Amino acid sequence: MKFKTHLLPEFIVKRDEDRCTRCKVCVKQCPFGVHSYDEENDRIISREELCVGCQRCVVYCPENALIVEPYPGGYRPNEYWTGEYIRDIKKQSESGGVILTSTGAQRRLKIYWDHILLNASQVTNPSIDPLREPMELRTFLGRKPDALEIEYEGEDVKIKTELYPNLLIETPILFAGMSYGAISYNAFKSLAMAAKEFGTLFNTGEGGLPREMREEFKDCTIVQCASGRFGVDPEYLNSAAAIEIKIGQGAKPGIGGHLPGEKVSADISATRMIPEGTDALSPAPHHDIYSIEDLSMLIYALKEATNYEKPVCVKIAAVHNVAAIASGIVRAGADIVAIDGFRGGTGATPKIMREHVGIPVELALAAVDQRLREERIRHKCSIIVGGGIRCAADVAKAVALGADAVYIGTAALIALGCTMCQRCHTGKCAWGICTQDPKLSKRLNPKVGAQRLVNLLRGWSLELKDVLGGMGINAIESLRGNRDHLRGVGLEEWELEVLGIKGAGE
Amino acid sequence: MRRKIPDKEIQACALFGVMDRSGRRFGGDIAITAIKNMKVRGNGLGGGFAVYGIYPEYKNYYALHIMFQNASREAKAEVEDFLQDNFDVVNAEEIPTNPEANVIDPPLFWRYFVAPQKKGEEKKLSDDDYVVKKVMYINTCIEDAFVFSSGKDMGVFKGVGFPEDIADFFMLDELYKGYIWTAHSRFPTNTPGWWGGAHPFCILDWTVVHNGEISSYGTNRRFLEMYGYYCTLFTDTEVIAYAVDLLMRRQRLPIEIVAEIFASPMWDQVDHMDEKKKNLCMALRMVYAPLLINGPFTIVVAHHGEMFGLTDRIRLRPITAGEKGDLLFVSSEEAAIRAVCEPDRVWTPHGGEPVIGRLNSREGELNEV
Repeated sequence: MKFKTHLLPEFIVKRDEDRCTRCKVCVKQCPFGVHSYDEENDRIISREELCVGCQRCVVYCPENALIVEPYPGGYRPNEYWTGEYIRDIKKQSESGGVILTSTGAQRRLKIYWDHILLNASQVTNPSIDPLREPMELRTFLGRKPDALEIEYEGEDVKIKTELYPNLLIETPILFAGMSYGAISYNAFKSLAMAAKEFGTLFNTGEGGLPREMREEFKDCTIVQCASGRFGVDPEYLNSAAAIEIKIGQGAKPGIGGHLPGEKVSADISATRMIPEGTDALSPAPHHDIYSIEDLSMLIYALKEATNYEKPVCVKIAAVHNVAAIASGIVRAGADIVAIDGFRGGTGATPKIMREHVGIPVELALAAVDQRLREERIRHKCSIIVGGGIRCAADVAKAVALGADAVYIGTAALIALGCTMCQRCHTGKCAWGICTQDPKLSKRLNPKVGAQRLVNLLRGWSLELKDVLGGMGINAIESLRGNRDHLRGVGLEEWELEVLGIKGAGE
Repeated sequence: MRRKIPDKEIQACALFGVMDRSGRRFGGDIAITAIKNMKVRGNGLGGGFAVYGIYPEYKNYYALHIMFQNASREAKAEVEDFLQDNFDVVNAEEIPTNPEANVIDPPLFWRYFVAPQKKGEEKKLSDDDYVVKKVMYINTCIEDAFVFSSGKDMGVFKGVGFPEDIADFFMLDELYKGYIWTAHSRFPTNTPGWWGGAHPFCILDWTVVHNGEISSYGTNRRFLEMYGYYCTLFTDTEVIAYAVDLLMRRQRLPIEIVAEIFASPMWDQVDHMDEKKKNLCMALRMVYAPLLINGPFTIVVAHHGEMFGLTDRIRLRPITAGEKGDLLFVSSEEAAIRAVCEPDRVWTPHGGEPVIGRLNSREGELNEV
């Protein structure tokens, strides 16, 4: 049955007709078909009900003739039956399906980063000027021994303890797993190039690593092994600095993934090792991991396949029992635990999973760090957190809560052009990021993209140094787990307890 | 439910340490005169001394110096019951004090010379680990009782007051002779003086005096908790004492290595080192970065046979070293060294570079600039 839709437009397109020269850039730029040229009247018509608010036409309009803003109309204001609920019900009454969306959870829920404040030195210990003194952000990721045994051989000091493989990165920020397939080749390549240039790591996500990139980027790649096992073979595993087993994702804990067949082009098919045009389905669980001992077997299988030369990371979504789960993961042999929080992004997810499943990463991180310390195994792994890291202050707070490093996904895509329009799942990304349409993906030049990412890493790193210097600390390690440098505002007693921090003024 | 996050104490201080590297024992005069010379670095809210070689007649027994707050008889009775249950107590006596001394409301001090009496599961522990465990018990579980020192043939004397008043109170210049003396004068800025909060801090025969505020306190404290050290005295000096115990006693790392952990060289320097040295520094940094002491500090650490001074990696707190004959000095100020002798030489060590005194180490082993 065909309906007349009851949905209101989400955006309104305002065009300054005096400025508009009918150059049709907006028509060409919009992959959603909002703008079209009416030859008869020599004007551009905009169908705003199709507009997703990605701002591509606005940025590229040479005359600054366009403003795209949220639709000002709406239903009778109601705190309970908000426009969003009304809209979603109408949508489902017309489609009868699951509401699909992308990126990370957007609902109003306490953002703990914003309730945590950082410390600075005054008088009793000096702040340090990062412009004049070294400030060290270099970070090791991986398992550490309980102690170092050393031996003197004459003047020489020999380390007798066997060390586990560790990753060395120049700033505690890595690019989160985003697969080739979910994002375009050019976006994928931009991340790899930026990681290499800056001395950090990017993560392939679950879509494999294109063959031609393997030699060039092997020292700055974390290859993922997810439930679909796309593109996983010994050569893939060995063309990386580390391996990540992806168990879950903050945007959709407990469910798998689905790359529609139309996105599986020849290149993607080769990289993922699946036939062209077939759907790439990642099961919800790994079908060889139904318990912690199964995970352990996979961890050691991967270590065997790579001669114990690479740290193995296990990525989980932040869920209710995250601390106990993380402890099990470390005991199962993982060298790094990655925790993806409630706000973590994705290229496609049912809205119900994105908005209602999981817990905030701040609380998850604090709980995991504390639990691993209580069990005296904190040094046996590194913790990477991701899921909504928005700025260097979030990074500093995450490190002080106990993270060794952070993953950024959404922030990296925003640096590449993303405007958070939440239409990744349509494959029509106007910015050339989340699309396999060659006409769209060529909008992103990897060289330019990499430069933007490097600039972002540099900017955040400089800000981290400022924060460290202010605290009178000149090495990031001395901030790690140092919750004395955090204070909470507007938090309940139980929240301070979980975060392990004092309230402001305490 | 209250969150248990200890408050950290903030302070500035004067330090002094003197060691006779030939092992000759000498009186308290040098340390007292020197620390008194740096009066402006303290504010009278804490002073103390650690002396090595003072109980030769009991040198095979652990000497426990225990403070009872408010002269608490209950605490004393409980401690003595506990000691009887866990140790052979070969001697117990009140530590002699001078009632005329210029100190206010001193607590009660006793010393006990004991040998471990291990039972059951605890037989697996070394004597030292056993003593540490029992000391931790008294400090955390018996109210109003604090163990000031627990090593053999050494002792800590400390309290609220200027160090010279504390020395007068314990009659240090009359009663004791040792071959290492370390001294501390305190300037706490955020806690009222507390006898237990004065320096030196001691565990077994390891003592630490410290000047500075540790900006990495939270990181260091939480790392040490993983090794069973729980900070109860609410001062960051305690963190250093435990870190020294962990690294030097339990893990047997020499001070040259520990210095690279507490005050690790900058990456800029490491990157330019030769391969061997670089690998060592990288490994130390990788494993022990949570024990990097960040922020301003100078420490003087001693145990039997060894004394060393160290300042932080970017030298935010002062340290001066000097020597005269067999005597080695480390001090916050050169003036204090010159107040007690005309030294053969004095020098200023770099940040992160330890000044080490060892018994009979005068030839060749000294770290020079």
